[in-house]
Amino acid sequence: MQQADTSGSVGIVSPKTLYSAKPVTLANGRVLPEVTLVYETYGTLNEHHSNAVLICHALSGNHHAAGYHHPDDTKPGWWDNYIGPGKPIDTNRFFVVCMNNIGGCDGSTGPTSINPETGKPYGPDFPMVRVRDWVSTQHLLMEALEIPSWAAVIGGSLGGMQAMRWCVDFPDKIRNCVVIASATKLTAQNIAFNEIARSAITSDPDFHDGRYLEHGTSPRNGLAIARMIGHVTYLSGTAMGMKFGRDLRSGTFEVGTDKQVEFQVESYLRYQGESFSGRFDANTYILMTKALDYFDLARDFNDDASKALAATNSHFLIVSFTSDWRFSPDRSKEIVDALVRANKSVSYAEVEADNGHDAFLISIERYQTLFAAYMNRITI
Amino acid sequence: MRIDLDVVKGLIKPGARVLDLGCGDGSLLEELTRTKQIQGYGLEIDPDKITRCIAKGVNVIEQDLDTGLGHFDNKSFDAVVMSQTLQAVNYPDILLEEMLRVGKECLISFPNFGHWKCRLQISLEGKMPVSNFMPYTWYNTPNIHFCTIDDFEGLCRERSINILERFVLGSNNIDKHLKNINANLFAETAIYHLSK
Repeated sequence: MQQADTSGSVGIVSPKTLYSAKPVTLANGRVLPEVTLVYETYGTLNEHHSNAVLICHALSGNHHAAGYHHPDDTKPGWWDNYIGPGKPIDTNRFFVVCMNNIGGCDGSTGPTSINPETGKPYGPDFPMVRVRDWVSTQHLLMEALEIPSWAAVIGGSLGGMQAMRWCVDFPDKIRNCVVIASATKLTAQNIAFNEIARSAITSDPDFHDGRYLEHGTSPRNGLAIARMIGHVTYLSGTAMGMKFGRDLRSGTFEVGTDKQVEFQVESYLRYQGESFSGRFDANTYILMTKALDYFDLARDFNDDASKALAATNSHFLIVSFTSDWRFSPDRSKEIVDALVRANKSVSYAEVEADNGHDAFLISIERYQTLFAAYMNRITI
Repeated sequence: MRIDLDVVKGLIKPGARVLDLGCGDGSLLEELTRTKQIQGYGLEIDPDKITRCIAKGVNVIEQDLDTGLGHFDNKSFDAVVMSQTLQAVNYPDILLEEMLRVGKECLISFPNFGHWKCRLQISLEGKMPVSNFMPYTWYNTPNIHFCTIDDFEGLCRERSINILERFVLGSNNIDKHLKNINANLFAETAIYHLSK
């Protein structure tokens, strides 16, 4: 028997591309004449193609979920804590697929892509996509990879919404559904935060109604502010207190000086905002937050989530984090209640964590253990 | 498996929808799923036990029983089970009513504080009872609402709860012989099959 890899890392990985010349009709009726889907895979697809796992990314994520692109990369993929040999999503067992969603800005067809009908970037003309459009394009990739059913579809936050949508739209093609720090729909407070972020972007003079690429600019300040707002809501007050407290980066409170002080938390947020605005597209941010706002699993089912889930055939694992106030444990419990009401197989864990919504990305012992226990039970 | 669980297992009908309050490591639900094809859910609060349930493939929901069962529909379970947990909750009477609201039937077991050994420890030694069955001292025990068989039956009468069946268990030879004559004195554990 081959020795199992316990190094923990999938190592150096390269993105792959699927191009489809077949038009894709979106939920809003608009048609994309062609789509490019960028994705990564880790592990090996087994003989019966029964060990494939789909990872759905959240708002600012992409297809690079694990490993490194270059040996000198300082950071691995966004969910490297949970994907790899010997990790909860164990690449010794599973063939893991993660795709950049359409509307994204990391290679899959999105606002920065060239519109074949005009020869110019789509920009703000890129159609609004919904979570179900991401699922239907993930399904295109599934068919191209000749995967008859996913052993599991897994996602945190907005990714969890995609995982639930998979169960509803393709009930016979998903055997396990793992929904982490997510909700069947956003609350008014949550939509409000998204709207503040969008307003920061659209009020940037460099936004040009979304046609900034044609003007050779980018609304970097607006995007940075959007990210700063988002970032604060993804952390908990406790986490920020522990990480920064009232520590100063520069200046002094001494009486008799008029030197400005800068708190550590200010410089940290500014850095987060600047680095994000350097790598992310503003139209994508608007589109992704809109998709979040629109999502409502129960809308087509008389606002009854248990009816929405009635025809699903998967086993479910739902996880939330105690200090997450953006997607609070109560939202996860709503999913659990709907599943119990629909008589579905479901387990739920509320993990004690100070990290707020970001906890779903962070290595937390209990979360690691229970996630691994669930994944190990999956038959492939 | 504890002997009271054997009794509980016998009372669950095949194919039933079962809710197990304080399900521990999920052994009962696992066995009932295997032998009686039930659809079961366990509620548990201990992280390690929750992981053990998940590892067994038992549906487990992390929940503090003291937060109630308000999110479950009326009569949405064929049976609600609570084994050796009644004495550890904040409001046993409310939880009992809730169990009977969400379940068509309830199966409940608890240690009998009226057992003669408990009585002897309090009356002769003047100390809170400690036994194999109740191994905690007064300050660290999770068991905060002990009751006797007579106390429990009094509550059932007061709340018009129907006792469909009662089973009493003893571990030593004296108890085994005398438990049916005076359950409140000689039973270590009581199991009730209830409805409302």
